[in-house]
Amino acid sequence: MPEPAAVPDTRIAVECRGIVKQFGEGPNALRALDDVSVAIREKEFFTLLGPSGCGKTTLLRMIAGFEYPTEGSIRLHGEDIAGLPPFKRPINTVFQSYALFPHLTVWENVAFGLQMLGRPKAEIAARVAEMLKLVHMEELAQRRTDQISGGQGQRVALARALAPAPKVLLLDEPLSALDYKLRKEMQIELKRMQSETGITFIFVTHDQEEALTMSDRIAVMSKGKVLQIGTPWDIYDKPAERFVADFIGETNFLATTLLGIEAGIARVRLPSGVEMSATLAEGYVPSGAATLVVRPEHARVVPAGGPTADQPSGQLSGTVENVVYFGTDTHIHVRLDEGFTFMVRQQNSRSQSCGVTVGERVGIVIAPDAAQVLRD
Amino acid sequence: MARARFDIRSQPGFGTIALFTFALLYLPIVTLVVYAFNASDSLSSWGGFSLHWFAAAAQNQAVQDAAWRSLIIAASAATMATIAATMAAIATTRTPPYPGLGFKYAFINLPLMVPEIVTAVALLIVFARVKVWTGYSGLGYLILAHTAFCIPFAYLPIRARLEGMDQSLERAAADLYAPPWQVFRRVTLPLLRPGIIAGFMLAFVISLDDVVISEFVKSGGQDTLPTYMLGQLRRAVTPEINAIAAAFLALSVVLVTIFFFINRKEA
Repeated sequence: MPEPAAVPDTRIAVECRGIVKQFGEGPNALRALDDVSVAIREKEFFTLLGPSGCGKTTLLRMIAGFEYPTEGSIRLHGEDIAGLPPFKRPINTVFQSYALFPHLTVWENVAFGLQMLGRPKAEIAARVAEMLKLVHMEELAQRRTDQISGGQGQRVALARALAPAPKVLLLDEPLSALDYKLRKEMQIELKRMQSETGITFIFVTHDQEEALTMSDRIAVMSKGKVLQIGTPWDIYDKPAERFVADFIGETNFLATTLLGIEAGIARVRLPSGVEMSATLAEGYVPSGAATLVVRPEHARVVPAGGPTADQPSGQLSGTVENVVYFGTDTHIHVRLDEGFTFMVRQQNSRSQSCGVTVGERVGIVIAPDAAQVLRD
Repeated sequence: MARARFDIRSQPGFGTIALFTFALLYLPIVTLVVYAFNASDSLSSWGGFSLHWFAAAAQNQAVQDAAWRSLIIAASAATMATIAATMAAIATTRTPPYPGLGFKYAFINLPLMVPEIVTAVALLIVFARVKVWTGYSGLGYLILAHTAFCIPFAYLPIRARLEGMDQSLERAAADLYAPPWQVFRRVTLPLLRPGIIAGFMLAFVISLDDVVISEFVKSGGQDTLPTYMLGQLRRAVTPEINAIAAAFLALSVVLVTIFFFINRKEA
């Protein structure tokens, strides 16, 4: 997968530096955010990704102004906004529950922000019409918000938040209430709206697939800390920590012994005695042991006793434990001779099956450059 | 025959007790209303159907004055109590929990538990002194007293409505550039309306109905409808009292019905 083109404008839109958020005092104190720093570029689709309770929503609420940091600063285009109330920030939010005003019509919901900003009536009417057109909701303008479907509610929430043309749009798991097909459609819609409006999007999700497909850059969070910030490609193919590798997609971990590092390439030995080379995670501090990460699609299954000689990148061997067919690909679980399970993902072709059966002895070939040493 | 589960309705005596309870609740009221239409001036013997006593009550200047006074007091007290209760409800629900908040809840609701006679005597003593100091002896005392004991009644439905409200709506309004006052006016207040109406109605009916506190606090010539009726009962009792009571009942039923429909439409 090629690295995506660099974001066109690399000026910083939102910069959070050293953010700490502590709830409670003394021994019961809970650190929801622990020294979090992120810099979000202008016109970027930036995603905060992590499991529930990792602090991503707290950080988003802080940027919106619903929470105030215990420590640290939040800058919007260089201006410190950490102390400003929400209504003084040129930032709008799409809420997880949409939070549409039930006593107002679709039109009135979308007009709300502009009315509060005191814009002239004609301008409001034009802007609301434009927004409703953007989200394909022109026909339902006079409906009450309890008379529209979940997917339509989602569109109205988007139009309402985009109408005042905020500098930054915050999206708090906005797609989680939608069914699979609608969610896929909205993912594409969101990308379209972002490129049409040129607004910086900060998107919160726990869905790694959503994060990978939509984002320009992703910050992976866990337990109140940011573990890694990078493009989807960085995060997926060069995970820095075990948590990141594990949380994003499926992966294999191999415990190895570090033999040496030469020109940024590590030489490691597997418990089986096989030696192989691997790239290093950013910020890796050498120690005796090294955890290797290999994505399932970067390995392939070969018949046992296969051509080891011409596969210098290293080889594992084991017994096929399970074969799971997924339509586009097949997952082959191999119990390695060292005792743990290794998964290989093989693209399916129409003319032949994956070619292995449960109980068969196989070898595993890891593609050159596919292995990486993790930071932990 | 073994029963699958305990059913209280099939226990012996259940029907009898139920009938007795309903009879106890409604028979006296039905009797009272029926005798309001009695043509004779007896409370116990039926002398034919007549609207005579309603006409008599309507033309009685003392009844008119008392009724008018009751409505003025109830409307003013319910309005003030509702405003105070709304502010109290917002202050106690739109704040992060802090030590002492539970104490405040209790403090607002405590008047419901204080025996009314205690409040009445206390108000009597205080207002007696204030009357001497200020020389003012108008309806203000009654209105003030009614406002005070109506606040907890108005507070309950308003607080319930506020607690049930999705707070992300207010957050969304703030996010869309609405300063706190606009958030209140454009979002909180419209959504709170059924609660406020319920609180007002409850306070209004409670005020209209009050005897004990009114009896103690009123100055001479300040009878409300209930205290007037109480006074009449001490003297010659005619079906006029029945007619007043029946009209009073009708008013309450109408108010409760209106409240019910407003609430169902908006909730």
